[in-house]
Parts: sequence; structure tokens; C-alpha cells
Amino acid sequence: MKYNAKVYVSLKKGYSDPEGETAANALRGLGYTVDDVRASKAYEVSFQAEDRETAEAVLDEMCRRLLTNPTKDDYSFEIREV
Amino acid sequence: MKREEIDVLLMRAPGTNCDLETVRAFRDLGVRAHLVHSQRVFKEKNLLDYDVLVFPGGFSYGDYVRSGAIWAKEMEYRIGKEMGEFVDTGRPVIGICNGFQVLVETGFLPGFEGRSPEPQVALANNSHGYQNRWVRMKNIGKGNCGILRGVPKGQVIACPVAHGEGRFIMPQDKAEAWLERLYDQDQLVFRYVKGDGDYAEGSWPENPNGAYHDIAGICNPEGNVLGFMPHPERAYFGYLMPEWTKKGRPDEYGDGRVFFESVVRYVEARF
Repeated sequence: MKYNAKVYVSLKKGYSDPEGETAANALRGLGYTVDDVRASKAYEVSFQAEDRETAEAVLDEMCRRLLTNPTKDDYSFEIREV
Repeated sequence: MKREEIDVLLMRAPGTNCDLETVRAFRDLGVRAHLVHSQRVFKEKNLLDYDVLVFPGGFSYGDYVRSGAIWAKEMEYRIGKEMGEFVDTGRPVIGICNGFQVLVETGFLPGFEGRSPEPQVALANNSHGYQNRWVRMKNIGKGNCGILRGVPKGQVIACPVAHGEGRFIMPQDKAEAWLERLYDQDQLVFRYVKGDGDYAEGSWPENPNGAYHDIAGICNPEGNVLGFMPHPERAYFGYLMPEWTKKGRPDEYGDGRVFFESVVRYVEARF
């Protein structure tokens, strides 16, 4: 089966996120009321797997082995069959 | 081992940009420094022909995904076994800036229980964005890191940093315990300090990136894998040091030389 996934990677809560903080300040400068901004990175991954369960397991492994550093990053993904 | 017989391998990858300065520093000390593209090393799998392995600074693979991540994974799946053997022989492995990021991402640093399959610490994005400035790092190692035995204890080395991701952090729930472990195992070798030699205590710009505990560099428990963010190769010659014009003429060598001399002396004595 073919799958398409969107992976979101962001700094874990508790670590300062200079990019998010800078963006928040700029948004406030533009007149918006902003409580917080957290920067994140998104990947779109197209791949094949036997079934959805396997696809989720494989994608999770990809996240742990390359797309994130588990020390500092949180990640989530949305996966759909195509 | 005679100095002129020492073979230093400086690997480069797409985006490496501190290779020539590092080669020049080693060659000035009379060793054979080989600048080889990583693809060639992957093909020839001849790491063990060399005595020292250096990952120079730069922005390998455009810092895509995370600084050092792609090069590190490539090392893992192309010559992971050879690199493990190289480390096990006790030969020095040095990562400067991007090289430090590679050694963290490969799991060789801090390497509490040998190489870890996933990175145990991180070099996160800086507190003040990209930083290109002179800093001071103090050698606080107690001798475990053989590579640094030629650098007097407490010596402060002034040299530049140039990175966007160098904020040394450890998992939040383990940071204090692991800091203690780094001290206990004498793995904490370089901390950022102020002009008077006192620790930066997180203050910018002396601690240029917001690194936890002002950590600029660490080694593995065995002391032969060493990584740090600042660039001693950019402070090797006297004319590279800031403010020499005030003295009229530069000294022959700058602060960074002591590091390279220490590496060479270690290999001369140990092998």
C-alpha cells in the first residue's frame, strides 16, 4: 500500500525556542495579540508499507532515527493511504 | 610514532568549509594531513590506515534536517563498523563545530555506555541566532582526555565560534544527573568563560549560544573522542588573532596552536 505522511517536528516544551520567540515579538510588533509561538518543521513523506500498522511503525522509526533528535524534539504525524 | 609518520585524516563532505585551515594547522606541525572526501573513504573503507580522524567545521549537507545529522547517518550506514573499530583502537577522533554535531548525532558523544543508537544529547539552535564571534573556552579536563594532555589545565583558548546550532543541551529529566556523570567521568573538557577566566554562567555573548552549564566541548569516557564548538584552527597563526595590530606585529602563533600541538604530541607518545 502507498502512504503519504506529514511529520511535524518541534522543540520540546521547556527548551527555549529562539525562532518562535523572535516570531512572537515580530507579530506583536505588527499589532497582533500573541501569547506564544513555537517554531516547527514539517516533512511530507511518501512511502510504501504492507498495512497501516506497519506504516505507522516504520514512520515512527524514521522519526527517531533521522528526522528528530529525541533529546530535544517532539514529533507527531498524520498518515493517510493514497 | 615519529611525527612525520602520523597520518591525519580530515574528512570533508558537501558543505564542509573549515577543512583547509585545519589541514594547514596540522601540516605546520609536521604531520601528514590528508584531506579526503567522505565518499572516497566510504568506497575505500580504509579508515584504519590513519592515526587521527578529524571532522572539520562547516555546514555539511546544508545543515538539512539538523546540523550534522545527514553526515552522521551516512557515516553510520556506510562505514559505521570501521568507525567503531577506529574508536575502539583508542585513536583520536576529533569533531570541531559541525564535526562535534556529527559526533553527537552518530552517538559517539557523550557515549556514556559506548556508542548510543540515538543521540543522547543535542546541539540545539542558539539562543541568539547565528553567532560568529570570538569566545574563550577553558580546559577544565583533569587528564582523562589524552588528546588534551598537552593543553595546560585551566588554560583559556580564545578562538571564534561560527554556528547557528551549538547550544549543548541534555534531556531535561536527566540533565543534572548527567552533568554529574560528565564531571565524574572527566568528560567535560571545555567551558565558555569570560575575559577574566570566570565561567560565563550563561551570560551572552561569553556563552554565545545558551549552552547548558557553559559547555563548549566534551569527550567520551575513554577520552579519545572529542568534540567542541569553537574553532582553534581559526586562531592557529598569530595574524589570525584579534587586535594584534595594536602590538605592531603579530606573534608567530595564536591561541589555537596549543590544541593541535597537544593532539600531535599525544599520538607521538601513545602509538
